Amino acid sequence: MEKEDQINLHGMWGSTFTKRVELALKLKGIPYEYIEEDLSYKSQLVLKYNPVHKKLPILVHNGKPIIESLIILEYIDETWKNAPRFLPDDPYERAKIRFWLFEGVGRVVTTDGEAQEKATNDLFEKLKVLEEGMREFFPGGSPTPSINGENMGLLDILMCTLFGPYKIHEEVVGIKMIDPERNPLLSSWLMALTEQPVMKEIKPPHEKLLALVHFIRQNALQSSVP
Amino acid sequence: MGEEVKLFRSWSSPFALRIVWALEIKGIEYEAVFEDLSNKSPLLLQYNPVHKKVPILVHNGRPIAESFVILEYIDETWKQVPLLPEDPYERAMARFWAKFCDDKVLTSIWSAFIKQGKEQEEALVAAAENLKFLEKEMKGKKFFGGERIGYVDIVLGWLANLVSIFEEIVGLKIVDERKFPLLYSWMQDFAEAPIIRDNCPPRDKMIVKFKALLDAAIASSSSSSK
Repeated sequence: MEKEDQINLHGMWGSTFTKRVELALKLKGIPYEYIEEDLSYKSQLVLKYNPVHKKLPILVHNGKPIIESLIILEYIDETWKNAPRFLPDDPYERAKIRFWLFEGVGRVVTTDGEAQEKATNDLFEKLKVLEEGMREFFPGGSPTPSINGENMGLLDILMCTLFGPYKIHEEVVGIKMIDPERNPLLSSWLMALTEQPVMKEIKPPHEKLLALVHFIRQNALQSSVP
Repeated sequence: MGEEVKLFRSWSSPFALRIVWALEIKGIEYEAVFEDLSNKSPLLLQYNPVHKKVPILVHNGRPIAESFVILEYIDETWKQVPLLPEDPYERAMARFWAKFCDDKVLTSIWSAFIKQGKEQEEALVAAAENLKFLEKEMKGKKFFGGERIGYVDIVLGWLANLVSIFEEIVGLKIVDERKFPLLYSWMQDFAEAPIIRDNCPPRDKMIVKFKALLDAAIASSSSSSK
């Protein structure tokens, strides 16, 4: 009955989307092979597995590719049904979590001046709404490390991979994205999440990520100059 | 057990129509609450305070918003006539195509309709690129769901009735039968399916509405400086 499962994750070490999938695989205890892909030179495999978007991450399970990080996360949860579960069992509780899946930081890092101001304001607006919305999941006020109090689920994974590198964002852009005063709930939830041992395991080296984000920002700013 | 299912919708919203189709296909009894989106009811604002939009499904007093979230909730709660496949990999593919339909196909076709000049040309090119992927996906299938209508068909369903309306108003071909024969015949099959045919907003009313939207867009773009 025991069949050898072949799980490959094609990813990029600095990408928050790749980190989500890595985190999910580690949380479930799923053994996998990680293949680092160079974004500037898309390998034949990337083009074959993701012809539509040519993007990472790509999870390949016994030769079958799955793409889009949130879709991969649900696939993992539905295929490996062992604990921890990323979504609750009850359809209404699942709907509540799915409603809050969001894409976060937007253009704050890659723009300057007015555009950055607008992007920052948009982000702060989004965070305000998220802060309000998350109260429903943390009725006690001060969050446990995760929404269900037991293990990291979809929203926890999303939160800590998107905003985990907050120190880097602050250094590069000079803006405190998750401010304990503006977003007390999100802030304490994020702190609790980043303390988890598995988070420390997947965290890229600080200096390396800092250099990458600086590079991305410089590139973006230069290419926007007419 | 008393089931109370209410759907907050507008007469024309293609997103709300998805939910109508899902409920009808599954034979679920529901009450449609029509909203005037220019004058939103207190109940709508109470049930969807975050986005203040339709559709909203209210099941036994509990609201769910966002069409993708509602569709998954419906499929998980009423298990007859499943919309999503059972196999996790097929489910991941269905979710991927649904996201592609909204993120890429819908946005490019909407731009092709609402924009002018160079922007419209570019949108038409992008739309054709995106449609090519769908055409490929349709090979050997009557519907995206296989032999019968499924999740992706419902999500893309707006194409079957809205595109010809756009084409008529703008005088441009967006889905050329010669370039996209499979997609074109899918559009006919879908629109002619009894449940879909019986649950579509009146065409003449739609033409009036979208023509007005286009006129407003043209007026505002010509009154603003380049």
